[in-house]
Amino acid sequence: MAAEGKMTPTEYINHHLTNASVGEGFWTWHVDTLGIGIVLGAFFIWLFARVGRKATVGVPGKLQCFIEMVVGFVANTVNESFHAKSKLIAPLALTIFVWVFLMNLMKLIPVDWVPTFFGSLGVLFAGDLAKGYVSADAGFLERVMDHPWSYMKAAPTTDLNTTLALALGVFVLIIYYSIKHKGVGGFVKEMTMNPFNHWSMIPFNLVLETVTLLAKPLSLSLRLFGNLYAGELIFILIAMVGLWQLPMHFAWAVFHILVIVLQAFIFMMLTIVYLSMASEKH
Amino acid sequence: MNITVTLIGQSIAFVVFVLFCMKFVWPPLINAIEQRQKIIADGLAASERAEKDLENARATADEELKAAKVQAAELIDQAKKRAAVLVEEETQRGHAEREKIIASGYAEVEAERNRVREELRKQVAVLAIAGAEKIIEREIDAQKQSDIVEKLVAEL
Repeated sequence: MAAEGKMTPTEYINHHLTNASVGEGFWTWHVDTLGIGIVLGAFFIWLFARVGRKATVGVPGKLQCFIEMVVGFVANTVNESFHAKSKLIAPLALTIFVWVFLMNLMKLIPVDWVPTFFGSLGVLFAGDLAKGYVSADAGFLERVMDHPWSYMKAAPTTDLNTTLALALGVFVLIIYYSIKHKGVGGFVKEMTMNPFNHWSMIPFNLVLETVTLLAKPLSLSLRLFGNLYAGELIFILIAMVGLWQLPMHFAWAVFHILVIVLQAFIFMMLTIVYLSMASEKH
Repeated sequence: MNITVTLIGQSIAFVVFVLFCMKFVWPPLINAIEQRQKIIADGLAASERAEKDLENARATADEELKAAKVQAAELIDQAKKRAAVLVEEETQRGHAEREKIIASGYAEVEAERNRVREELRKQVAVLAIAGAEKIIEREIDAQKQSDIVEKLVAEL
């Protein structure tokens, strides 16, 4: 952080791409990712469970209509793509879709709002946490941006930890479904006897299949993370161009409405497809 | 940017959310949707059935109306025939009665005429005898000559 005056562009970008964190090394907790992610997830569960508890079979209200539309959409997608029977897959798909969508949605909040808001709170109520890079007579905004609380990032999906956590959950389920539907033997056989069905090719097959297997969660998490992180970066860059940022931000935000829904949908869809593949017998 | 313990935290959050969704979110919502679908399907089926029933009822009513009309026409026809028969019978009976009355009248008149003629004949005979008596009073005993008078009466 600059000792005095304004941040340089590099500092600004770095600031906005750094998570608010507590702890060191591996034991670093990304407070923003966890906090906002959990709040959004809890909001999703609360809203949907509330509507579900009050759901009438008769004429639904407008909120119930909307929620049912989302649920119906997910149910249709699951029914079309997943042919085995499972009580888990549809709620899983719904959770992924809505949670990822909500976390992506946070990206439409202008990039300075959340850091400024939490930074201001920090300066006002926890000023002693400031690292003191900025002299006490610096302007309020500089002190705000210097405060550790100002590192709050709005969209948890721009943190690889979130997307990888989701993908790992799916990965575990892929293995679970593979073993459940094909048996341990079937799973091992699939890993070693594909694509070349000969004993001498087992090591080669194993390497190939392992890559195939690992590519699934990796591609899932990196696709979502990459899209969102890059979009976030563009938002930050746009935020630095002065007055022209208003139309540019608008255009990019409109485009991102599409990305937000699409990425959530892709994540859900691929989850269903991977699990469907895992539970198919050859 | 690094992979940190946040990953574990988010994984736990993810698992918890999925479990909550499985337990508290998905079942009631999908139940409501499916039940409503069933109700709507039932309603549509019922309306279709009702329409069919209505059509059937209309057809039945039409048929019954037609049958009733036919029956009514038959009844009227029968009644007409019966009336004609009755009139015919009555007429014939009347004719017969008239003939009988006329015949009996003739017979009565004939009987009366015969009676009167007999009476007249008797009186003529008495008159004749009285005249004859008066003529021949002095020499002929009425009693002795009565057989002649009887013969006379029979000849008249």
